Amino acid sequence: MSAPESFQAIIVGGGLVGSAIAWGLAREGLRCVLLDEGDIAFRASRGNFGLVWAQSKGQGAPHYQRWTRYSANAWPELARELADAVGADVGLHQPGGVHLCLSDKEMADRADRMAQMAREAGNSLPFHYRMIEAPELRGMLPQLGPSVVGASFTPYDGHVDPLRLLHALHRAFTGAGGVYVPNAKVERSDAAPRDFRVMAAGRVFEAPRVVLAAGLGNAALAPEFGLSAPVRPQQGQVLVTERVAPIFTMPTTSVRQTMQGSLLLGDSVAEVGYDISQKPAVMAEIAKRAVLSFPFIARLNIVRAWSALRIMPKDGVAIYDQSERFPGAFTANCHSGVTLAGAHARLLAPMIAAGQLDGMLDPFSARRFDVRDAA
Amino acid sequence: MYATRPEARPATVEVFVDGVAVMVPAGASAAAAVLLAGAAAIRETSISGAPRLPYCMMGVCFDCLAEVDGAPNVQACMVAVAPGMRISRQRGARHV
Ligand SMILES: Cc1cc2nc3c(=O)[nH]c(=O)nc-3n(C[C@H](O)[C@H](O)[C@H](O)COP(=O)(O)OP(=O)(O)OC[C@H]3O[C@@H](n4cnc5c(N)ncnc54)[C@H](O)[C@@H]3O)c2cc1C
Ligand code: FES
Repeated sequence: MSAPESFQAIIVGGGLVGSAIAWGLAREGLRCVLLDEGDIAFRASRGNFGLVWAQSKGQGAPHYQRWTRYSANAWPELARELADAVGADVGLHQPGGVHLCLSDKEMADRADRMAQMAREAGNSLPFHYRMIEAPELRGMLPQLGPSVVGASFTPYDGHVDPLRLLHALHRAFTGAGGVYVPNAKVERSDAAPRDFRVMAAGRVFEAPRVVLAAGLGNAALAPEFGLSAPVRPQQGQVLVTERVAPIFTMPTTSVRQTMQGSLLLGDSVAEVGYDISQKPAVMAEIAKRAVLSFPFIARLNIVRAWSALRIMPKDGVAIYDQSERFPGAFTANCHSGVTLAGAHARLLAPMIAAGQLDGMLDPFSARRFDVRDAA
Repeated sequence: MYATRPEARPATVEVFVDGVAVMVPAGASAAAAVLLAGAAAIRETSISGAPRLPYCMMGVCFDCLAEVDGAPNVQACMVAVAPGMRISRQRGARHV
């Protein structure tokens, strides 16, 4: 092993979560190294749907609803700073978004869910939504099929090009002096309060701060730092159509048009462990729902399809922690790393730089799982 | 999935590449007809409008997208010619 290389912060994991935090820390002036495993890792950041989506996040967990809203609010600033830093256009378009309902029951369930979100929002950051019936909705999305009963709408939602986002974060990070080390799986580490050593790619890195943002890899890494990250894989599949001329005014939860013109069809959820094989039955269901939503999609060619693994915390809510045993060690895990990139780069990173997570993040600590298990 | 490479055969099928008649062997792909016709381009990309010709000839690059008998965004390398087939330039993104 070579001599230790010293930094002010080590970030483990170069997906959307680690990269957003790394960019935020570099922007705050910290000298950082970002360690990233190779292509064999499961990497949600390269296989997601690209929504910046607040309307369904945090039901029953008002702190998570609020954090997601902060992130949606921070997104325009993040897009602007990435444009300023590296001239990147990540394609942020945030006109609000809809969740389509294909039956009266779906519409009623959705209305209940939205009403609960609004109740839980409280007065400091009210949750504005509308349930829109089909006739009015057709005025917004004329291509809707006859099976669509209506939709929920909130004005906070939008979408981005998630690969451009990942690329822009990496370029902004290295442009600000950050060091990116690929093919660097963290295998060993030594932790002491505000004094960490991490071994990866045959090199030794040391820093007073370490941020664990290794996605599914966090589950194994966290205990080494006196932390826990109970996350599991949850599979999602996506279909991609040929490119067509711009057609939608806004994204939906299951169909959106990319800035290049392809339609992404998705939204499947399966508990299959570490399995990224594609299932024809799931693909057929995605296609069927897309065609019921927008019948013209039946005429389009599907040109690509993939499956990827979400990083799902036990209760679906994000995890942020600072180690009690080894202060200076932080975790960040979530299943909405695109949506939360705004909060991660602009709110979380400054807290980590300052060495203290804000009190509003207390309910996100993984200690919540100990309490529940003990109860 | 794979078609065997045809022996050299006489050009017996007439197709039209951007309106220009060209004779090609039976079993050839529409993309082969485009190349035989010496067309300058068969599509203009949907973002920048850059001109493209068939490239991989095996269905992966999508640079052969053309309008074939009125159907937009067809991979010309994946369809065999038929007498009288009209293979025209795909101009930008398909409209739906
Ligand atoms: C099908 C699908 C659709 C989705 N749609 C959306 C959406 O519309 N909107 C949204 O907000 N979110 C969406 N998500 C979720 C989003 O993609 C993830 O929340 C986000 O990508 C997580 O980023 P991450 O950085 O935590 O994880 P990852 O992208 O998995 O990155 C983790 C990184 O850590 C590295 N790593 C792992 N172990 C180690 C180690 N020991 N040492 C060093 N490096 C390590 C890996 O190489 C990897 O690069 C979707 C996910 C899926 C699967
Ligand atoms: S030439 Fe590449 S797909 Fe047809």
